Amino acid sequence: MPAPAAIRVRDLSKAYTIGHQPLRRYSTLRDELASRTAAAARSLLGRSRAEESAAREQFWALQDVSFDLEPGKRLGVIGRNGAGKSTLLKVLSRITEPTRGRAEIRGRVASLLEVGTGFHPELTGRENIFLNGAILGMSRNEIRTRFDDIVAFAEVERFLDTPVKHYSSGMYVRLAFAVAAFLEPDILIIDEVLAVGDAEFQRRCLGKMRDVAGHGRTILFVSHNMAAVAALCTHAMFLDKGRCVRFGPAKDVTQAYLLETAGEAGREARYVAPEGRVRDGVALVHALVRGAGGDGAGTIGVGEPFEVEIAYRLTRSKRGVRAGFRIETAEGVVVCGANDGAVSETLAREPGLHRSRCRVHGAPLNSGPYYVTVGIDEPPYSTALFLESNCLRFEVQDLQGYGTSFSRPPGVIRPNTEWEASEQE
Amino acid sequence: MQSEALPEPLIIEAGHAQRHYWRDLWRYREIFWFLARRDILVRYKQTAIGAFWAVLQPLATMLVFVLVFSVLAKFPSEGVPYPILVYCAMLPWQFFAGALGESSNSLVVNANLISKVYFPRLIIPTSAIVPSLVDLAIAAVILVGLMAWYDFWPDWRVITLPFFIAIAMAAALGAGLWFTALNVKYRDFRYIVPFVVQFGLYVSPVGFSTAVVPERWRPLYSLNPMVGVIEGFRWALLGGQASLDLRGLLMSVALIAVLLASGVLYFRRTERTFADVI
Repeated sequence: MPAPAAIRVRDLSKAYTIGHQPLRRYSTLRDELASRTAAAARSLLGRSRAEESAAREQFWALQDVSFDLEPGKRLGVIGRNGAGKSTLLKVLSRITEPTRGRAEIRGRVASLLEVGTGFHPELTGRENIFLNGAILGMSRNEIRTRFDDIVAFAEVERFLDTPVKHYSSGMYVRLAFAVAAFLEPDILIIDEVLAVGDAEFQRRCLGKMRDVAGHGRTILFVSHNMAAVAALCTHAMFLDKGRCVRFGPAKDVTQAYLLETAGEAGREARYVAPEGRVRDGVALVHALVRGAGGDGAGTIGVGEPFEVEIAYRLTRSKRGVRAGFRIETAEGVVVCGANDGAVSETLAREPGLHRSRCRVHGAPLNSGPYYVTVGIDEPPYSTALFLESNCLRFEVQDLQGYGTSFSRPPGVIRPNTEWEASEQE
Repeated sequence: MQSEALPEPLIIEAGHAQRHYWRDLWRYREIFWFLARRDILVRYKQTAIGAFWAVLQPLATMLVFVLVFSVLAKFPSEGVPYPILVYCAMLPWQFFAGALGESSNSLVVNANLISKVYFPRLIIPTSAIVPSLVDLAIAAVILVGLMAWYDFWPDWRVITLPFFIAIAMAAALGAGLWFTALNVKYRDFRYIVPFVVQFGLYVSPVGFSTAVVPERWRPLYSLNPMVGVIEGFRWALLGGQASLDLRGLLMSVALIAVLLASGVLYFRRTERTFADVI
């Protein structure tokens, strides 16, 4: 007999009334009285209620989401901002009620929607450990037995009796995570907690999460870090506008998500020059960066090849017209640059549309955003006819993850490294 | 692993939260103590005179009332030193006012808990009352001092005091539940509560004894639930000198019971939407 699902969700839906949430959450009596009076006046005047309800439209943050998660499985929930990820976690954590549908949860649940919920700045580290532990559902005894481990993990021994308002933000986050890390629930619900803390700490958090996962615990994890989801989770769910559009093995779903979102970022990775700018018989038409996702795919996996394409129009036949580009980091560090090497001063080109494509084979770019400056020049190549600064932007994404931390290693380049460890004799 | 003998699953459905509410309340009782502890610990942190504030307020108000009602207006004191007469009423009143204020604000102050963790929300306004109890205990020390100064001691009736404290708590919680739940949706109640408290001080027999209230106003007067509590405090502490209007007290208790029951009902009904609205 297969084990019953740890989490079983059927047609789970949550509606918010627009104008109530998230635009206007709490109101004042005055507003309410005013709108009720207006409504009463309208009904006296015989206007229909339909108008009323049209004005208070419903917004479905979550729509008919169904899935089963077996015990010990780890589900990553991914999607754009506002896709309903947090709403799903809030419903499953019982913070808010669903509008329709049903969920069944077997086992003790702990949800971590925020690091350090309930921490009070005036209280000491010690006091906050107990308070936060209780809020997360630990009993006083459980906290007491794990107290030393929590303190050691957070590395705050010396500051235990200092109010946390004097802590550095790093210490604060470490302490908050440490309390959560020593929860021992059957089901753990986590929202983006990894988005905080320094790289070293993130590495340890992920390590701890993997420990937790290794102990057969069921995990529900919302993250924007595709590498972490792909590596930590067995399954992933892609939410889009409140609906589950894909559910399956984590690697497949994250891949699909990257491909889909790549299309959107593509707008940024294609530059169309304003028309009518002809300089010395040359007009820049467009420039784009093309990755695995096709035309103008703004997202490129680490180490994946990509193409830079520059198109220009000649209004008359010319010699030696040359296109080039330069790639910079967001901080303005020039990473590399290339000019169309096939062009010589004497190469003649006919009037019409020309396309120069530069294929970049396995550039070891580190993950992050990059900006491309595109230019066109002609002999004697001393000044450019066109120089479009940072007109293209693309993003290098880390899908495989680096080492044990999945955090971005330092530097501009990310060579393909291979470590070998041997014992010295 | 305890894989066999699976516990019954937790069901999440619209309107389902009701079912295990009281059981959950018990299961999450530790949060109650930790929140109360937090509020007590934080209360006078980073204040220069700390817990002395708990004493200063009733003491200063008492002095003003003695000056106005006894020295200037020459109200009767029923054979009790006027400062003691006033301070005996000041204690429950300050407790009620403090507890009502804290519990009315409690949900909004703890908004981040409400939007990030689940536990029965009833714990929040209830635990917010506890620090006021501590203040009451501190302020009571002054009463002991006053009694020693005037060499005026209570008799056996002092043992009934916890009963009257319980009534005051129920009154504060009943009103507090209403206000705090309403406050989530309508922030107007932030302004209403201080007004109620200020107004209440003058319509309650704090600065004077009930004896000065004309007989024909008494029925209306005892509609104020704190009248019974204050009378009770005086009766318990001032010995034979004070009389207890049993009918008035019963009326107070009945009113407070209605207030508390309706407060819990309203709170429970709106609780589900707190996280969406706050």
